[in-house]
Amino acid sequence: MESFLNRYRSITILLLVILAQLVLVAFQVKNDRDVRMIRVWTVTAVTPVARIVEALRGGSSGFVRNYLLLRDAHEENRRLQAELGHLKMDNIDLKNQLDMADRAKALAVFQSHTPSRTVAATVIGVGAGTNSKLVFVDRGSVSGVERGMAVVTPDGIVGKVIAAYPTASAVLLITDPDFAAGVISQKGQVHGTLKGQGTPTCRVDYVPFEEKVEPGEWFYTSGDDRIFPHGFPVGVVKVVRNAQPFKEILVDPSAMARGLEDVLILVAGVHQEIPDTPPVNQSVFIGTPPPAGAVKPPDNPGNAPPAAPAGTEADRLRTQYKDIGDAQGHKFGEGTPGSKPPDFNLKLPPASKPSVPPGGASHP
Amino acid sequence: MSYSGGHILIGSQREGHVSQFPAWVMLVVPLASILFQVYVPLFFQFLSFLEMPLLVVVYFALMRRSQVGGLLVGALVGLAQDSLSKNPLGMLGIVNTLVGYFAASVGLRLDVDQPLIRLLLTFFFFLFHQLFYWLMVRALLGQQLAFEVQRTLVLGLLNAIVGISLYHFLDKLRKAT
Repeated sequence: MESFLNRYRSITILLLVILAQLVLVAFQVKNDRDVRMIRVWTVTAVTPVARIVEALRGGSSGFVRNYLLLRDAHEENRRLQAELGHLKMDNIDLKNQLDMADRAKALAVFQSHTPSRTVAATVIGVGAGTNSKLVFVDRGSVSGVERGMAVVTPDGIVGKVIAAYPTASAVLLITDPDFAAGVISQKGQVHGTLKGQGTPTCRVDYVPFEEKVEPGEWFYTSGDDRIFPHGFPVGVVKVVRNAQPFKEILVDPSAMARGLEDVLILVAGVHQEIPDTPPVNQSVFIGTPPPAGAVKPPDNPGNAPPAAPAGTEADRLRTQYKDIGDAQGHKFGEGTPGSKPPDFNLKLPPASKPSVPPGGASHP
Repeated sequence: MSYSGGHILIGSQREGHVSQFPAWVMLVVPLASILFQVYVPLFFQFLSFLEMPLLVVVYFALMRRSQVGGLLVGALVGLAQDSLSKNPLGMLGIVNTLVGYFAASVGLRLDVDQPLIRLLLTFFFFLFHQLFYWLMVRALLGQQLAFEVQRTLVLGLLNAIVGISLYHFLDKLRKAT
């Protein structure tokens, strides 16, 4: 070894000096996407290895898991054969649930339904650094990914691309302290700025204290930041504290609830409407409709019990006050200032017909 | 045709004379060459074609006949040039490192005391320097730098001619053996 080094001493030193200066150059030079060349080279060199390692790990663990599952399935099959009927139904139900939980399938469904153009990617590594919430995905500029693109899952937003390398991209998660995005609440349409804290929960800043936000309410992207399109779920409000001048709101990010493996990068985002109901993570079973004629209407509709007034409490009070006004010949909105108001304590006789608020629904 | 018969190639180890220089020469001459390139063109624009640091690197690498010494002199002079330019550190460093290494490698085999050899080698290394720098700028920095062949050839010749005079002067600073 020593003689080898002595023999090739000059060329070794030459290569070392050249390499050192190349690293020096790469540390200073940035490419056209404002990323240092040393990062580009390092990530390009490391991510293929990480991808191979991840593939090997996934393959081997999948093999072991499948093998064990097959053994379990075999034993379970014997037991199910012995128990027959309803246990088989349970088994089918469990399989259906497993299918529903399949991330790739959910992702594909979401990808096919969302109006935005997306690129599916797999998380292949995490960034170094203690407080850094950064992941690397296996799609880069070759796949059309660019810096600043939004990253989502069917459950909600994940983060944004902060660097696009040829074969991989670095994604800053929404839990990172450097992350920020414009959000809007579902009920009150309250605007705020989502910020990461380095913890599993995020904070929504700049919501004035007089605005109404309640725990359990959902936040969606507002589209103000020009990164995330409007209408993507962000998370559910966990804690609301009144403070001056802004509320202190903590949000549980919905995309992080079930871990991160597969994500979608929004190559061309399209704004969406915020749904009226919170997003659900599980499908709702809807039974088959009853056969025609199975439910017969009552023969004596006149003896049927009167339907209860439907609507809200305000509808009921409005109807009550209208009846009181009608009984006293008072027309609301026409009285002059100082005129006698109707007696709202007047006891009305039981109505012969059900009182139905205008626009209210009634049972047939 | 036998070059060794014309005393161009070094026939034996004894003919490969290694020149020694005082320490101050090794410090002052490269420094002066860099200062020359920085300041002199301010007052004499027409002298901006001179690549004095390159000439000095070629000279020391040829005369000392040490590959490690040559590449180190090239690296230091190149990095110093980089630090005084808008280049990222290392661009000229890499080029001059290679020039120093190859010049020392050639100096081990050729009789570099002959003016004609010096002229040709200086001309060749000037072209190598310009071409490799152009390649690096395109490959590493992604810049579309123009490479004018005719101009480069003329400048190479001019630098080689000036280099002969410079080498003659530097020969006088060698330690007597």
